[in-house]
Amino acid sequence: MNAALAIILVFLLLAIYLGIRARRGKDMDLEQWAVGGRGFGTIFVFLLLAGEIYTTFTFLGGSGWAYGEGGPAFYILSYGSLAYVISYWLLPAIWSYGREKRLHSQADFFASKYESRSLGVLVSIVAVVAMVPSYLVLQLKGLGLIVSVASYGAISSNVAITIGAAAVTLYVMISGIRGSAWTAVIKDIMVLSVAVFLGIYFPLKLYGGMGEMFHRIQQHDPGFLALPHTGYNVVWFVSTVLLTALGFYMWPHTFGSIFSAREARVFRRNAVYLPLYQLILLFVFLVGFAAILAVPGLKGDQVDLALLRLSKSSFDPWLVGLIGAAGLLTALVPGSMLLMSSATILSKNVYRAFVPSASEERVNRLAKALVPVLALVAWYFTINSGKTIVILLLLGYSFVTQLFPALISSLLPNNFVNKWGAAAGIVVGVAIVTYATVGGLGTGDLLPFLPPALADINNGVVALIANTIVTVGVSLATRPFVARSSAPTT
Amino acid sequence: MKPVYLLGVIPFLGILGGIFFANRVEPFVFGMPFILFWIVLWVVLTSVVMAIIYRLDPRNREEER
Repeated sequence: MNAALAIILVFLLLAIYLGIRARRGKDMDLEQWAVGGRGFGTIFVFLLLAGEIYTTFTFLGGSGWAYGEGGPAFYILSYGSLAYVISYWLLPAIWSYGREKRLHSQADFFASKYESRSLGVLVSIVAVVAMVPSYLVLQLKGLGLIVSVASYGAISSNVAITIGAAAVTLYVMISGIRGSAWTAVIKDIMVLSVAVFLGIYFPLKLYGGMGEMFHRIQQHDPGFLALPHTGYNVVWFVSTVLLTALGFYMWPHTFGSIFSAREARVFRRNAVYLPLYQLILLFVFLVGFAAILAVPGLKGDQVDLALLRLSKSSFDPWLVGLIGAAGLLTALVPGSMLLMSSATILSKNVYRAFVPSASEERVNRLAKALVPVLALVAWYFTINSGKTIVILLLLGYSFVTQLFPALISSLLPNNFVNKWGAAAGIVVGVAIVTYATVGGLGTGDLLPFLPPALADINNGVVALIANTIVTVGVSLATRPFVARSSAPTT
Repeated sequence: MKPVYLLGVIPFLGILGGIFFANRVEPFVFGMPFILFWIVLWVVLTSVVMAIIYRLDPRNREEER
C-alpha cells in the first residue's frame, strides 16, 4: 500500500471512530435526533447548511467543469448566492410553520400544509428518487475516483466504488446523524484549506500567477472562458441558475435542517454571510483551469479527475493522500446524510402512511434495514452511469425543484392550491423531466415551435412552468369538489 | 411587504440580467476573465445588499435583545 492510500484509510477509520464516539451514551428521541432540539444558533446552522452544500460536487465536479467546459462552470458560483437571497424570506416562513406544528421532515411539511398523507408520500418518493440515483450516486462516483487515483492504479474505479458504497453503509449503520455532524466539522476545515491551498498554489507554480494562467488559456482556446453561443449559452445559464436557486432548499436533507434553528433571525443573518462563503468555489475553479494545460486530454466523465490528476503529477504521495482524504470526507459526510434521510423518509413518511398502526420501534428498524438496500441501488447506478458529476447534480435539481410551486403557494396567506393541484403539478413536472432525460431531449426537442434563441433553456424550467400551470388549473377545477367533500368532516 | 425588501431584486438583476453583456473574456480584470470578475463582484455585492436589508429590516431590530 502506498502512502496516499494509507492516509486515506486512516481518515476513513478516524471518521468511523468519531461516529462511534458521537453515538456513545446518547439515546435520542426524534426531536433531538432529527432537528437537534430546535436550539441551533447562527453559527451552528451556518455549519449545517455549509456542510451540506460543500460535497464531492464542489471539489471534483467544480474543478472538473472548469476544466471540461470553461465558462459554463461559473453557474455554480452564481446559483448559491441567489438561493441565499431567497432564503432570507423563504426559510423563516418554513421554520415558523414547522415550529408551530412540531414538524421533522420535508414530507411532514407538505402533508401538514395540504392536510394529506398521500401528498407526503408523493413528496417522499420524488425526494428519494432525486437523492438516491443522482445525488448519492454522485458522492459514490467521487469516492470511487478518489480511491482509484490515490491507489496509483492498484485499485480499479469499480472496485473503489464498491468499497466506497460499503464504507458509507457501514458508517451510517454505526453512527447515525450524530456521527455525520461530527465528521462534518473536520470535513469543512479540510476542504477549505485544501481548496484554497491548491487554488493559489497551482496557478502560481505552473503559470506564475492567475492572470498569466487565464491569458494562456485564452490564447490556447479563445472564448473557452466565456459562455458559448450554443448549448451551455447565456439562455442556459440564466434558466439553470434560476432553477437551481429555487431548488436549493428543496432537497429533503437541507429542508429538514431548517427546523433545527432557534429563531428566524438565524436565517436572515446567514443570508448575509453565506454568499461570501461561496467564494471557495473560485479557488476550486482555479485548480480546474490550471489543469487544462498541465494535464490535457481528459474527456467525458474523466474531467472529474482533473484536480486529482494534477495533484498526483505535482505532489508526493502523502500530500495526494491528504487531498484524497479531504475528498473522501466530502463524499462520506453528505453521502451518509443522503442515505440516512432517504431511509428515514421511506419508513416514516411512506411506510407509516400505509401502516399507521406501526410502532415507533418497527419504523426505526425498517429505516435501518433500508440503508444497505438503498446503498445497493446507488451502487448499481454508479457502476452503470457514465455521466459527469455536474450532470447528475443537475438532474437531481430538476426533480426536487418540482416541489417549489406547491411549497410557495402553501406559504401564501390565501392559498388556493389544494392537494389535488399540488400532486398533479408535481407528477407532471417530474414526468417531463424524466421523459426528457431518458430520451436525452433538450428544450428545443420538447418544444420544437420555440424560437431558436430559447432552445437551450434548461428543460427543468419547461417542466416547472408546466407544473405551475397544472397546479393552478387542477386546483381551480377541483375547488367545488374539495369544498363539498371536506365540508362534512371539518 | 416592506419597500426595503425590493432591494432583494438587485442581485438577480446583476447576475441574471448582467450576464447578457458580461459574457466576455476580455477585458481581464484583476487577472480574471471579465465574466468571472463580474460574477465574483456580484457574489460580494449580494452579501452587501443582504447586509443592508438585514440592517433596515425592523424585524431584526425588534428581536435584538
